[in-house]
Amino acid sequence: MRQFWAMVYARSMEFVRDRGSFVWSLVFPIILVFGFAFAFSGNGNALFKVGVLGSPPAAAAASFMAIEQVQFIPYDGSAPGKGLASSLDRLRRHELDMVLDLGSRDFYLNAQGKNASLLRRLFLADPAMAGISEKTVTGAPIRYVDWLVPGVIGMNMMFSCLFGVGFVIVRYRKNGVLKRLKATPVSALGFVSAQALSRFIIVIMTSAAVFAGTNAFLHFRMEGSWLTLMLVASLGIVSMISLGLIFAARLKNEELVNGLVNLITFPMLALSGVFFSLEGSPPILRSVAKAFPLTQVIQAARSVMLDGAGMAQIAPQLLFLAVFSAAALAISAALFKWE
Amino acid sequence: MAKIMEASGLRKRYGAVQAVDSVTLDIEEGICLGILGPNGAGKSTTIEIMEGILSPDEGKVLFKGKPIGRDFKRKVGIQFQTTALPEFITVKETLRLFSSFYPDPRPLGQIVELCSLADILDRDNRKLSGGQRQRMLLALAIVSRPEIVFLDEPTTGLDPQARRNFWDLVARIKAERTTVVLTTHYMDEAQVLCDEVAIMDHGKILERDRPGKLLARHFTGALVKIPKGCIDGALPASGRMVADFLEIQSTNLDDTMRELLAGGINLEGLSIHKPDLEDLFIELTGASLRN
Ligand SMILES: Nc1ncnc2c1ncn2[C@@H]1O[C@H](COP(=O)(O)OP(=O)(O)OP(=O)(O)O)[C@@H](O)[C@H]1O
Ligand SMILES: [Mg+2]
Repeated sequence: MRQFWAMVYARSMEFVRDRGSFVWSLVFPIILVFGFAFAFSGNGNALFKVGVLGSPPAAAAASFMAIEQVQFIPYDGSAPGKGLASSLDRLRRHELDMVLDLGSRDFYLNAQGKNASLLRRLFLADPAMAGISEKTVTGAPIRYVDWLVPGVIGMNMMFSCLFGVGFVIVRYRKNGVLKRLKATPVSALGFVSAQALSRFIIVIMTSAAVFAGTNAFLHFRMEGSWLTLMLVASLGIVSMISLGLIFAARLKNEELVNGLVNLITFPMLALSGVFFSLEGSPPILRSVAKAFPLTQVIQAARSVMLDGAGMAQIAPQLLFLAVFSAAALAISAALFKWE
Repeated sequence: MAKIMEASGLRKRYGAVQAVDSVTLDIEEGICLGILGPNGAGKSTTIEIMEGILSPDEGKVLFKGKPIGRDFKRKVGIQFQTTALPEFITVKETLRLFSSFYPDPRPLGQIVELCSLADILDRDNRKLSGGQRQRMLLALAIVSRPEIVFLDEPTTGLDPQARRNFWDLVARIKAERTTVVLTTHYMDEAQVLCDEVAIMDHGKILERDRPGKLLARHFTGALVKIPKGCIDGALPASGRMVADFLEIQSTNLDDTMRELLAGGINLEGLSIHKPDLEDLFIELTGASLRN
């Protein structure tokens, strides 16, 4: 046990003194959050999003439903995220600007929506839509930063875990630190767990610091419980560290690991919805994205923060992360070699 | 005396290179054994097999009569020929880290004193000079109070003073009845430190004995050496070429000189000395290298 803590301490000191990575892991996400908060504080999306239920009348094709600046997203069906109820949820959160229910001939606007009056005017100007009655929902807008902050912190976690564990252990192997440790009574399991724990502590602390630092100025929306959010973050970190350990298990070449880590972080960045919602992107892409731990972490964190989801609602994500971590740990344990 | 380690029939091949070729080596408790040999002889490979770091293709290694296992790692101290130290942490932190690995480590103060680390305790590992680094690596090798230490070229890169300090240090470790196995390219060092030397080349141990006995076996009398360039005629009957020198082992210098003068050999570069390990090393490895 003494040797375990000594290794955790040594690795953590190494990180803290490596000013470059330490400062970067704090400053980079903070810059991103503030940068995006500033860039998107204005008028929001130029594109209007309208959720549609039921099939449009033939004549409608000519006017309202042909406006190019409006994206029409079908919400028919009973799959999760579909149906009237979920489209109205989205409208309340300002993720949709309008919902058009052609079956029961209603249209919904958000009373607090910036685009409501413009859309109403456009809509009522279309004779084919005559007789459809207006209904109203209310809900404060979710600012882009509220939505973004889980994404940026999740991304930072991913980089910190994959490089901090994967890359660093490979560097130890290449420069002979691992060989030196192999000559001591330290077990591979003890060494790896110490590395993982040190990284866990570091990432939890930097994430909390980034969150607290930006929250002090931006006051993020927080509907759910802090405890649930911590659990999501912790499981997320564990899953990323486990993934990093697969790279660390055997490889000897730092450049190769660097390339491989980039190879998997790039699609995660692009597809996990860090910066932009994947709503409306091809279903194949979305199902690929579901296999990434980052997607699951961000989704769960957003549900907790934006919708006040509890443990029950995010159970599928938590389960995914737990299974993913267990599988990744088993693979890396089976592959691990000192040299 | 009891054998602390016994290696028998060790073989290790890397591609076309037979790095270690049927090495059998017993080490008695408490001695200092020096392994000498030219670059690539297989010294490092041999001792890394004995340390349990490399697994041999064939052969076995016993520690106190039993195959080496987990327990062995607590009892062995190792200094590799090249090792990186963890970055961004200081000498003191590194010593603490390694102390934590062992059940009964030496106190920090003692290790600092033994290896003269006092000046550099708070220095980052990356900022050590070559010699300071060697002292630090040695400290890590003995921090656990090992029963046997393996030192692979521990004095390479040390200045003459530091080398002498290192000799004192090895003497102190030996005084604690620790067995020492070291490789070196310095024959004076082997002569001073080692109770026994093993001379290796091409993965084989050519000779192994006490330095005095080895010398007695290979040399009689004084050693007369003349550089190759000074000889144009035939070689005198009593001499032979070893590396770039004509070498004559002479029990009667008067006769030898007469023979040389009679042979018309230029005596300009002639040297006469008592044979030492250096000569033995060249005799054994230089000769075999030429074949
Ligand atoms: N990992 C390896 N892969 C391939 N060949 C190796 C490896 N390690 C050693 N060798 C080869 O095995 C032979 C013996 O190497 P070894 O390091 O044991 O020599 P050495 O006697 O310690 O030499 P030196 O005095 O230069 O340290 C050399 O020819 C070397 O090239
Ligand atoms: Mg060597």
